[in-house]
Amino acid sequence: MTALASEQPEQPGKTEQPGKNGTSERTGEPEKTARPTGPGLAELGRGYLDRIRAGELGSLPAVAGLVVLCVFFSLLRPVFLSNLNFANLLTQSAGSIAIAMGLVFVLLLGEIDLSAGYASGVCAAVLAILLTNHGWPWYGAVAAALLTGAVIGLLLGTLVAKVGIPSFVVTLAAFLGFQGVVLMLLKEGTNVSIKDPTVLAIANNNLSPVLGWLLLAGCAVGYAALQVRRSRDRSRRGLAGTPPVLLAVRIGAVVVLGAVAVDLLNQERSRNVLVSSLKGVPLVVPVIGALLLLGTFTLQRTNFGLHVYAVGGSPEAARRAGINVAFIRIAAFVICSCLAAVGGVIAASRGNSVDPNTGGSNVLLLAVGSAVIGGTSLFGGRGRVVDAVLGGLVVAVIQNGMGLMGYSSGVKYAVTGSVLLVAAGVDAMSRRRTAQR
Amino acid sequence: MTETPLLELRGIDKRFGPVQVLHDVALTARAGEVTALVGDNGAGKSTLVKCIGGIHPVDAGEYLFEGRPVQVHSPRDAAALGVEIVYQDLALCDNLDIVQNMFLGREKRRGLVLDDATMEEMAAATLKSLSVRTVKSLRQKVSSLSGGQRQTVAIAKAVLWNSKLVVLDEPTAALGVAQTAQVLELVRRLADNGLAVVLISHNMNDVFAVADRIAALHLGRTAAQVRASDVTHAQVVELITAGRSGDLGLQDTSKGAAA
Repeated sequence: MTALASEQPEQPGKTEQPGKNGTSERTGEPEKTARPTGPGLAELGRGYLDRIRAGELGSLPAVAGLVVLCVFFSLLRPVFLSNLNFANLLTQSAGSIAIAMGLVFVLLLGEIDLSAGYASGVCAAVLAILLTNHGWPWYGAVAAALLTGAVIGLLLGTLVAKVGIPSFVVTLAAFLGFQGVVLMLLKEGTNVSIKDPTVLAIANNNLSPVLGWLLLAGCAVGYAALQVRRSRDRSRRGLAGTPPVLLAVRIGAVVVLGAVAVDLLNQERSRNVLVSSLKGVPLVVPVIGALLLLGTFTLQRTNFGLHVYAVGGSPEAARRAGINVAFIRIAAFVICSCLAAVGGVIAASRGNSVDPNTGGSNVLLLAVGSAVIGGTSLFGGRGRVVDAVLGGLVVAVIQNGMGLMGYSSGVKYAVTGSVLLVAAGVDAMSRRRTAQR
Repeated sequence: MTETPLLELRGIDKRFGPVQVLHDVALTARAGEVTALVGDNGAGKSTLVKCIGGIHPVDAGEYLFEGRPVQVHSPRDAAALGVEIVYQDLALCDNLDIVQNMFLGREKRRGLVLDDATMEEMAAATLKSLSVRTVKSLRQKVSSLSGGQRQTVAIAKAVLWNSKLVVLDEPTAALGVAQTAQVLELVRRLADNGLAVVLISHNMNDVFAVADRIAALHLGRTAAQVRASDVTHAQVVELITAGRSGDLGLQDTSKGAAA
């Protein structure tokens, strides 16, 4: 995950100072575009620094925040670093990360979905009722939950894109409406418990230690192969690519970080081994990992993803380029609500039951906070799926660490709210900086 | 000049409700030449460009492309003919890089996946054919470019698709001196590469710097279309403001208005 975040320095663009354009353009060296050679490491580093100075911070604040918070909490409460807590952190944040991933698509368009939390609640309720009251098999119920998400997204997206109601209002109305739907589905607030072992496994079971290592090995090899192949292809065509040193560092970082995490998670974390053994990578980690890969692939490598960025950057330019703007908007809402459904399934699995609070209270705000803290802009056009993961981990660390330090929920909410505000402030200021040129 | 012009418009009329914006307008554009379209505010330049680009259908008149009469009802029809229009507001996405902007809506793919490497090669080749040296990296975001560089990207985008006619709507309006010179140089190079270029401009210096022919519109009518070498600066200004200059232009504007 961290490796994807470090994709940032990939584009060797040197930002030009506006002041010196007049001169440099006239005397520009023809060699530069005529024969692009691989930029040196120093040049890449300078390009990265230039971009940061220009306000394109990317995931930097989230990664820095994550490191600072982890150091801070582990100094004050050593238990924060324990294996058990590390695993808890991952399972705690999974549901909200899934919702945040979906929100990234909507935020990229400069829209918002305030109903994603309760949409996940509706989908979780559908899942629980079909499983428990109607005895559906797990795959049928999960498919129905996802389908419910898709229908919700289609409805919201059509209202925004075709009818033209601002997404803020549509989803605010849906926020209230879905809260009612959950209550109606759950017969005025009964708690529907889930007993299906497969659904329960999603948020509660772990991979066996061997499987964890195999999975890591598979991911590392796949990642390395993709990176090397792409770099080879580019250098064969004479295009500027990533220098091999950086490539090796990036792949090395994935392997080392992954190995440390898997090793930690594979250690015994049960308080009493005789009663039950508790070790291995939680099952939600590969689930989130797969969503991350799929989402990143969609946004970065397909023309659909490119069109999402284009509509977020300038709807008018996108329209003139022949992009079906309404379709892109509707699709983004469908993706958002489907991922909210995934979040709902994870939440239902983790809670062993669904009640009217599933997807309620602070779920939505934490998910929006995750995306924004991770570096996704509220103004549209800038953000990545990995932001949701990084931001989600920051939010989870704050909640978890402050809980360990014995602060009340009130303080936790206040601090999380402030962090969201700071992240949104950074977003707004970096936008102003880029607009100033 | 016996060869058929690439674009020939004859007797174009266009009205919006009760307002007749274009009366019997004629315009020709030849391959390898820059045709400047000049006229005061409200003379109908923008409307004429939108008619060429297929945004507004014409009410009457002939649209000949390569000597053949054609029907242009939508921007897609125009693009199919090889007509590309660079509007004043450029319509670039700030958050995308140069290559992504140039290919927006017409991306190259390999299966499901974007073929970034091929698009970058094609973009580099296009910029090289225009001798553009001002852009350091094709992967830099458009938000980091200067006004002149943005104009360059927008023009390169129009050229990328083997277009035959490029219409530029006031490409130098918002630029400084050095950048204006650069864009004009690029405009000249487009024509030298064999394209027909229609350049809309308010600036007489720009017009005389690059144009082979000048078409002047006055209150929705073609005042004159002349070779740039045959007229003076002052004559063109007269054509723009009064619709006539000595023997040139609309000889009897009062009769014309009544007709």
